[in-house]
Amino acid sequence: MIEHFDLGTVNWARAQFALTAMYHWIFVPLTLGLTFLCAFFETIYVKTGKEEWKELAKFWMKLFGINFAIGVATGIILEFEFGTNWANYSWMVGDIFGAPLAIEGIAAFFLEATFFAVMFFGWDRVSKGFHLFSTWMVAIGSNLSALWILVANGWMQFPTGMTFNPDTARFEMQNFFDVVLSPYAISKFTHATTSGFALSSLFVIAISSYYLAKKRHVLMAKRSIAVAAVFGLVSSLMLAFTGDEAAFIDAKHQPMKLAAMEGLWNGQTAAPIVAFGLVNGMKEPGDYNEPFIFEFHVPGILSLLANRKIDSFVPGINDLVFGNKNQGITGAAEKIEKGRLAVKYLAEYKEAQKSGDLARASSALNRFNLHKSYLGYGHLQAPKDIVPPVSITFYSFHIMVAVGTGMILIFFLYLAFTARGTLEKQTWLYPLGFIFFLLAFMAGEAGWVVAEVGRQPWAIQDLLPVTVARTDIPSSNVKLTFFMFFVTFTLLLIAEVRIMLKQIQIGPKEVK
Amino acid sequence: MFENLALTTLQELWWVLASVVGSLFLFMTFVQGGQTLLWQLGKNETEKSLILNSIGRKWELTFTTLVLFGGALFAAFPKFYATSFGGAYWVWIAILFTFIVQAVSFEFRKKPDNLFGPRGYEAFLFINGALGILLIGTAVGTFFTGANFVLNEYNLVQWTNPLRGLEAAGNMFNLSLGLFLVFNSRVLGALYLLNNIDFSGLDDFRKRTVDAVLNNFLAALPFLLVVLIGLLTMKGFDVDPASGQVQMIGFKYLKNLVAMPYLLAMLLVGLGLVIYAVYSAKFRENYRGIWPGGLGTVMVGLTVFFTAGFHHTPFYPSLADAQSSLTIYNASSSHYTLTAMTYVALLIPGVLAYIAYVWRQMDRKKLQASEVEGPKAQESY
Repeated sequence: MIEHFDLGTVNWARAQFALTAMYHWIFVPLTLGLTFLCAFFETIYVKTGKEEWKELAKFWMKLFGINFAIGVATGIILEFEFGTNWANYSWMVGDIFGAPLAIEGIAAFFLEATFFAVMFFGWDRVSKGFHLFSTWMVAIGSNLSALWILVANGWMQFPTGMTFNPDTARFEMQNFFDVVLSPYAISKFTHATTSGFALSSLFVIAISSYYLAKKRHVLMAKRSIAVAAVFGLVSSLMLAFTGDEAAFIDAKHQPMKLAAMEGLWNGQTAAPIVAFGLVNGMKEPGDYNEPFIFEFHVPGILSLLANRKIDSFVPGINDLVFGNKNQGITGAAEKIEKGRLAVKYLAEYKEAQKSGDLARASSALNRFNLHKSYLGYGHLQAPKDIVPPVSITFYSFHIMVAVGTGMILIFFLYLAFTARGTLEKQTWLYPLGFIFFLLAFMAGEAGWVVAEVGRQPWAIQDLLPVTVARTDIPSSNVKLTFFMFFVTFTLLLIAEVRIMLKQIQIGPKEVK
Repeated sequence: MFENLALTTLQELWWVLASVVGSLFLFMTFVQGGQTLLWQLGKNETEKSLILNSIGRKWELTFTTLVLFGGALFAAFPKFYATSFGGAYWVWIAILFTFIVQAVSFEFRKKPDNLFGPRGYEAFLFINGALGILLIGTAVGTFFTGANFVLNEYNLVQWTNPLRGLEAAGNMFNLSLGLFLVFNSRVLGALYLLNNIDFSGLDDFRKRTVDAVLNNFLAALPFLLVVLIGLLTMKGFDVDPASGQVQMIGFKYLKNLVAMPYLLAMLLVGLGLVIYAVYSAKFRENYRGIWPGGLGTVMVGLTVFFTAGFHHTPFYPSLADAQSSLTIYNASSSHYTLTAMTYVALLIPGVLAYIAYVWRQMDRKKLQASEVEGPKAQESY
């Protein structure tokens, strides 16, 4: 199918996707959550009729608008990058993957685009009620768009509801609802959106804390914190719950990712979770190196996370690479062998069809069907290719979990002091709010690193490696566009941050 | 309901739907047209702000229509998406680049500390309006003039020109189509501004805008003629219905128009509507021309897409290997996916309805200078 692998192109394409996705994810979580917070603030304004809530809503909307614009700018690249850098992917899974992207446009983007203009410029042009409705539509639209792109991403992690068609040489959809309602789609959506809600709450808290520290806009800041702390606390608890669910389904469908997340090389019953540790980067599958330079672990917890049973078996990286007969795990070598047969018989089928030899085509097809579930493995070079970068996956996962846990405490403290009316005295808390706002960005990015780096070498789990998914293009082109996007996005980010800081410095309009 | 439709019916239906979205995008390029008119029509900050706040409240709809056009092609014709985006790499990257810089420009231009200054963002808007639309036009031109690719037996693309799509801009037909779209977008942009802005006390500004309608229409005419003459006389790619073989035949697109006379009628009515819009703006002081002009543009767009895709015509012909050419029948998604997407498409009338309702709510009162200057300036683009 693919005669040569140009790893240069593949790696630059991966780097470019990582770059654009990570830049995009700086802005998107704020869009997802801030829009709901704006809707909450405006709802309070409409209910109470108090102008100061309107000004408060307008201030956060202004920051939302600045962020939204650059989120859109980075988003368009992501959609089209599937075509430009991953053309083979776009053909081979476009029958399934294209649908959620198109639905995202029809069902979500237009909601955002249409009502966004009302939210910003409709204050004097539409009724109060319709304006509020529009703000809610922007919130719902943004989150619906997240739903559809995460359905698509969930399918990459857990391909379901489809089959391979040897005639067209692509995967084709068989059940739309399997794709949309897959556990991965739901898990991705709930986990990613709640992380956005939590981050946005921290954004509001950090800026409001700045005002409290400066003793400016104090009433507005306290009101903003009260709403954001509630939203943040609920979201961060949900985030923990959905994170647990994500690990549980990883154990079922992406055991290699889970093993890398925890640096588990040899599978075991009552598998421990590593609370913290320093990974031995020299370790390779099958060698005798220690996995950690040091680590602190808690026995049984990984088994509990993975299987909901403390004494259950969790496979390690070595089990998945070399197989484990006792646990009924097939090794990668056997899968690669079957995969190569699938590739060979598919080629034979194509050749026989071309030459009109129907009997040979039929026989090749039968043999292909026996091995087709391993087709993706046929393009791997060696069993160890199925191992993702362990250190990156491990650290990203642990940073994410640590920050996510700390967040709950921060939200709780802000809420508790707000409820007791003593928040203005807790000046020590303000820097923490700001630090956790920055950490939450890092945690969000780390979460995506776990999801995407932890899935390597697959573009589509078990079916399509990134080496096959790429566009056939000299790597110099992709390298050049990488730097074009890097420079552009960085400059736009600098512009955005400067504009944002200036607007924060100006602050909301005080109602006399 | 849709499960029982034949695959060919679904394929044709989705070509119609994609064509409608693409044609609506061409109408919505009045935003890009307005962007390129900014320096020419806006002689002071108030006039510039009026232009940007008028079209700026629609930029996202245009952007989203383009994204949906891409998404619909991906979902319905993934082979085209893979072949064209992966193959004609640089032309699409360049187009996307202009849309990245557009997306921030309305919001950032007037904000303090914005790094590039107002002129920088105005330049971004100009680049998007001029280069972005020009390249989209040249890319659409390749639907007729062909592109340089080969597909292997697994339908994976290899591009055969190192310019990766930019070579299309060297073809007179493609370039003319691109330039026609640029000037047409400027006609539409000026018509939209005339309809949307309250020009009370801004008579010079109004006159400049009216003149822009006619001048840009006149500038578009030679390129339109090159496109029309080219289309009617050129050799084109034809699929033999019996064998499925693709070959070049003389006057292919003229034959298509003759075989589908409703397209010829649509083309003439569409062009007539644009001419009527220009005429009524210039000579009748009727400033509602964006509607006939927009409808005319949509009709011309539909003619272009239908002529390219129907009547045994590969809509993305290959110059390198005619048999690799893409037709709506060999480039589409499966019957199942097209069926599922057709159910989703039932949402489209609802989407169009709320867009129309909100559009009406927001635009029934014309934009006034007082809304973009003085204390309100901070809250506007």
